[in-house]
Amino acid sequence: MRVARGKIKYPMTRERLKNQILNVVRNPFNMIVFFSLIILFCLIVIPLLQMIASTFTAAKSEVRRIGGQPGDFTLYYWRYILVSNLASATLWEPLKNSIIIGLFTVLVSVPLGSVLGWLIVRSDIPGKKLLGMLVVIPYMIPSWCKALSWLAVFRNERSGALGFLAGLGMNIPDWLAYGPIAIVLCMSLHYYAFSYINVSSALRSINSELEEMGEICGATKPQILKSITLPLVLPSILSSIIMTLSKSIGTYGVAANLGNRIGYYTLATKMKVFINDGPQSVGYAMSLVLIALAALIIFSNQRIIGVRKSYATIGGKGGRSTDMRLGKAKVPLMIFLVLFLVMAMVMPMFVLVMETFQVTTGNGYGLNNLTLYNWIGTVDQAQKYTSYPGIFQNPEFGRSMWNTVRLTFLASIITALCGQFLGYISTRGRGKWYGSLTEQLVFIPYLMSGVAFSTMYFAMFSRPHLGGLMPSLYGTFTLIVLTSVVKHFPFASRSGTANMMQISTELEEAATINGASFWQRMRRIVLPLAKNGFVSGFMLTFISIAKELDLIIIMMDKKTQTMSYLAFTYSQEGYNQMADAISVCVLFFILVCYIIANRFGADIGKSW
Amino acid sequence: MSKIELKNINKYYGDNHVLKDLTLTIEDGDFMTLLGPSGCGKTTTLRVISGLERPQGGVMLIDGNTAIDAAKAFYLEPSKRGLNLVFQSYALWPHMTVYENIAFGLKIQKLPRAEVDSRVREALKMMRISEYEKRYPNELSGGQQQRVAIARAVASNPRLLLLDEPLSNLDARLRIDMRSELLRLHRDLGTTIIYVTHDQVEALTMSTKIALFKAGELSQVSTPVELYMNPVDLQAADFIGNPRINFLEGKATLQADGLKVTSALGEHLFPKADMTDEPIPSGSFDVVVAVRPEQIRISTDQVPGSLPVTVYANQPAGSETLVSLQAGGSDFLAKVLGLVHYQINQQLYVQIAPEKINIYEAKSTRLIKRARVDDVSLPN
Repeated sequence: MRVARGKIKYPMTRERLKNQILNVVRNPFNMIVFFSLIILFCLIVIPLLQMIASTFTAAKSEVRRIGGQPGDFTLYYWRYILVSNLASATLWEPLKNSIIIGLFTVLVSVPLGSVLGWLIVRSDIPGKKLLGMLVVIPYMIPSWCKALSWLAVFRNERSGALGFLAGLGMNIPDWLAYGPIAIVLCMSLHYYAFSYINVSSALRSINSELEEMGEICGATKPQILKSITLPLVLPSILSSIIMTLSKSIGTYGVAANLGNRIGYYTLATKMKVFINDGPQSVGYAMSLVLIALAALIIFSNQRIIGVRKSYATIGGKGGRSTDMRLGKAKVPLMIFLVLFLVMAMVMPMFVLVMETFQVTTGNGYGLNNLTLYNWIGTVDQAQKYTSYPGIFQNPEFGRSMWNTVRLTFLASIITALCGQFLGYISTRGRGKWYGSLTEQLVFIPYLMSGVAFSTMYFAMFSRPHLGGLMPSLYGTFTLIVLTSVVKHFPFASRSGTANMMQISTELEEAATINGASFWQRMRRIVLPLAKNGFVSGFMLTFISIAKELDLIIIMMDKKTQTMSYLAFTYSQEGYNQMADAISVCVLFFILVCYIIANRFGADIGKSW
Repeated sequence: MSKIELKNINKYYGDNHVLKDLTLTIEDGDFMTLLGPSGCGKTTTLRVISGLERPQGGVMLIDGNTAIDAAKAFYLEPSKRGLNLVFQSYALWPHMTVYENIAFGLKIQKLPRAEVDSRVREALKMMRISEYEKRYPNELSGGQQQRVAIARAVASNPRLLLLDEPLSNLDARLRIDMRSELLRLHRDLGTTIIYVTHDQVEALTMSTKIALFKAGELSQVSTPVELYMNPVDLQAADFIGNPRINFLEGKATLQADGLKVTSALGEHLFPKADMTDEPIPSGSFDVVVAVRPEQIRISTDQVPGSLPVTVYANQPAGSETLVSLQAGGSDFLAKVLGLVHYQINQQLYVQIAPEKINIYEAKSTRLIKRARVDDVSLPN
């Protein structure tokens, strides 16, 4: 035995080596960690590297322009987006648009969400319980659905079919109907939820005695808000800003629905154009820019705040909480709340639902303009030219519904299972290299917007790898499931980690002492205790995947399409009423799931 | 019933050296308490013995059989060490009833159902919790949960029972009850028990032996009486005993007839027979005179050999009274049984039996003169 650098080093003998190997191999946990890391590496690191590599490799379709052989190293794609005379239209203009949209969305949604949070948690506004439930419902509506309802309200003659307001004879200018303002407002009515959930949970964790102390010291209510409450929730506001910014920059559905038809492109929508029409590697390069942007935003946030707060809401139990009296401000604030709910929920939903019954959109709700065709009509009953029957008569709808249900069930079960598993590894490996490695690998998909992520998978799995070990999954349903699963890893493993944290290691150690093997421990102790957390984790993933459009839009075709995608296609083709009808179905599906999830005690605040 | 030998155990967490070359033998049938402040390595030692932690260095034998041989990277699985552990948090499985909790280990061992049942009932009966067998842990009080945890541990008839601060989550009264319960258990089972605590009263009242830890090392292993009467260094002396031992500065010289010590208590000559084997500096050197508060006898009248003192404060507390005294610029505390009311600044006289005084060398902090231990056991 010799002591080197204060630590013991034994000479390596055969027996020692044998025992060391046995110690590692005999412990199933080590094996599980080992295989999980390999799988994570294959599913996350390799696709990322692959995509980076493809932006430097000449593809067959561009060889004529680039010269050389397919597979040669080239800077063509990066030059294309960074310095060519197309660079401005390809990268810089959409990048500028993305950033502007991101910033303005933050500007609208963060104050909106924070004020809502404060009103619901801290003020004595009447009907808080009901309001608290209603306020999250707009978030349940997928953001692309919001875009469709926006169109239903503001559409003008540019797209051939009038919207609600134009139908009333109002002249809706393009700048209001489409483009940045529409996109920012739609996104704000979606992403306010981040700030709302963050700020309200922060407020809940703050003891209201802190505010009361301010009152005793003689501060007025605005003074208390400004110098006590605000600084205390500032970290959660900051992290909401970061989340909103990184999410809104990468969002596809809203920007595509509201921007494409007037030629207004963001990074995400422009990227999709390239991926569809080529050169694809340009699209990949753009998605790398998008990833870099998101990573930059999130890591700068960690630098500023210090902790990964954008990833974990503030926990801890609060002390006593007394409501702050609003006094004279109560009535105006109530009006503000009701107005918000009408704007964000009631009106769009109403217009959306009503539009599904209209013959011609924007023509009012007179009996002669009402029809059930869009729901149950057959082609020969059509009053206007259309090649599609009503959605319930359309086999495409049935197929897409089946796909949606299949995808959400399969993907969310797998995701939730993997999440618990990864959560187990990262909690039990806390402070060890494999624990933090798992955590970091799992975090990577969080940095990528849905479109960027699926682009990566699309690039990776469009041909076989490792000599067929990873087969080509091009155009398969499996690929869509796989993409959904991996993209939801960060959130699922976060819920898994939280779940596993509640199961003290001592419970497992007690079983070990009593002679239980690893698998017995898992089966008899960990799984039964993790059950409840698993169910709520599953429900939340389920809703999140059911809403999804951005993530899977690149991979969809007629065979694999989901309801979200079908609605998107119909909307792009101008069949607004049918697109709306499908959105209503999706909404219904999600709301039902939400109610069931609530029954299981799932906290919607954790579902992004 | 098992003898545990730990030899040169070294344990690191990263660069943090938690156990430093720990060597300790626990005899068959001992009630050995690992005592020390938090973070001193006592729980780690327990976990090493249990097999939940693997030390990077050292050897452990159970009844002469190797359980750990770090040089060969050999670590016997916890379940094969014939021991059981009671966790500080109890670690009762919340999804199982009391009965199922206790039966778990026995079922894992694939014992016949009838035997499982009889052993569970026996354990329930011994811990007097038979009426709770169908309850879930969260339907029990802290003390009841504690009993279930112990019942679960003893149901497997372990040769060695490990207890990790099992009483720290209980209230003061329950703690005293459980102490006598554990003492009975030790006697009835005859099992070797290793008990971790930071509470010296628990250690002193229950153990047959105490291992006092200091920053990952053992500072003293002895019987409770010996540890209390003759702590090996100033730190140990300071840690053991409540109220704290009195420290008074003094000067000492080694003479042919013994150790001469001058302090606020006056001049004493201690016989060489009471001195330890610690090296003694030559000439006059600084010492610390240590006196337990209960060894100070107070009288209102001056008797031969007594020391005049003044009362600084008087704290009557029912069964005892703590009196702060001053003499020759030094403060010290005396403990008197029963209620006594002395006036502040009252003149009193104290007597201290020289054979009960400990002397420590100030520089090395080691004990150089022992206190004599009376035979406290009753004649059979």
